[in-house]
Amino acid sequence: MRLSGRQISCIRGGRGVFAGLDFEASSGDVLAVVGPNGSGKTSLLRLIAGLLVPAAGSVLLDGGEAERTLPEQAHYLGHRDALKPALSVRENLSFWRDFLGGAAGDAEQCLTAVGLGHATHLPAAYLSAGQRRRLSIARLLVVRRPVWLLDEPTSALDTAGHKLFVGIMREHLASGGIIVAATHTPLGIEARELRMGGPA
Amino acid sequence: MTALAALIRRDIKIALRVGGGALIGVLFFLTVTVLMPFAIGPDLAVLTRLGPAILWLGALLASLLTLDRLFTADHEDGSLDLIVMGQTPLELACAAKALAHWLAAGVPLIVATPALGLLLNLDASATSAVALTLLVGTPALTFTGMIGAALAVTLHRGGLLLAVLVLPLSIPVLIFGVAASQAAITGPLSFGTPFSILCALSLVSLVIGPFAAAASLRHGLD
Repeated sequence: MRLSGRQISCIRGGRGVFAGLDFEASSGDVLAVVGPNGSGKTSLLRLIAGLLVPAAGSVLLDGGEAERTLPEQAHYLGHRDALKPALSVRENLSFWRDFLGGAAGDAEQCLTAVGLGHATHLPAAYLSAGQRRRLSIARLLVVRRPVWLLDEPTSALDTAGHKLFVGIMREHLASGGIIVAATHTPLGIEARELRMGGPA
Repeated sequence: MTALAALIRRDIKIALRVGGGALIGVLFFLTVTVLMPFAIGPDLAVLTRLGPAILWLGALLASLLTLDRLFTADHEDGSLDLIVMGQTPLELACAAKALAHWLAAGVPLIVATPALGLLLNLDASATSAVALTLLVGTPALTFTGMIGAALAVTLHRGGLLLAVLVLPLSIPVLIFGVAASQAAITGPLSFGTPFSILCALSLVSLVIGPFAAAASLRHGLD
């Protein structure tokens, strides 16, 4: 499987964010998108996720499932956690498992895997920032999708959480997944860097 | 199918829990209707004549009250991004969300109508006529209102804008809803004519609403 972008340009609010960007990642690769604030890291991830339309160029996934589009084969872990405070931890995760569909795993097991096994009945409103992030990471596990688009995935995670997440990423890569992560802090995993320029 | 069922279940659950909007609508409906006799005066004949209009206005405003959060809540916490990325067509997801909103916020209004009809001196047949018109008319309010809710996603504090956008669209529903109720109570028009048009308005909005809302969501995502 190969994820590639060719000559991508992104324009937001009438301002060019980046132009002529090329990238490539194959199964088992981590692409770390680095660069100063405002250089378009999040824009690039949202563009791959199909949430933004490129002004020029295209993003392609070769070797994926033919009848599913790239966004349908990708997980997007953004700044916002997509959690409902009124629902319990388990309800939040079960909803995304049922909604995203596909090859789904067991919610309980995934919660245990991210260290939230003790809090499944707790309303998400009571979670700390780090626990919210862990719950979002559980979403990556509960539905199997080959491409992971991670925006500052380790923010708010403690050292143990970070270590746990590195393990989760390694497992994903070993099973042939691709990770594109925008990050300021080292991911703790060997990665190729995609350096974005300063503000255009 | 499981995806849509999950979405409907989730939205209803959120609406019914603490901080959800389902009961606020009924409470608002109750307040408007209870205050009306005090404003109009104790003339029973006048109350009977105005009753259907008051109930319809109350239901219209009550259903608008919570509608502006239909998509903004999901937009703010990032859920909307994932819904757009999902395999479920966005049009169907929009329809599911609107249906959930109607079940959680619209149906309680209809259930409350008989009790509120008493306060407006409506007899049993008149109340059931109003309840019946609300049953077929409120889906139209929700599904046209959804278009405004989708447009409001890109604008922060779009709540007031929603009212401005949606109220003109709901005027036909209001006209035929009240006309059908009046026809059932006083005549001389037959109940069937305005009622059929009301049904037609609902069916048209069921088709147009999800497509318009999905198009505006796709366009507005940023």
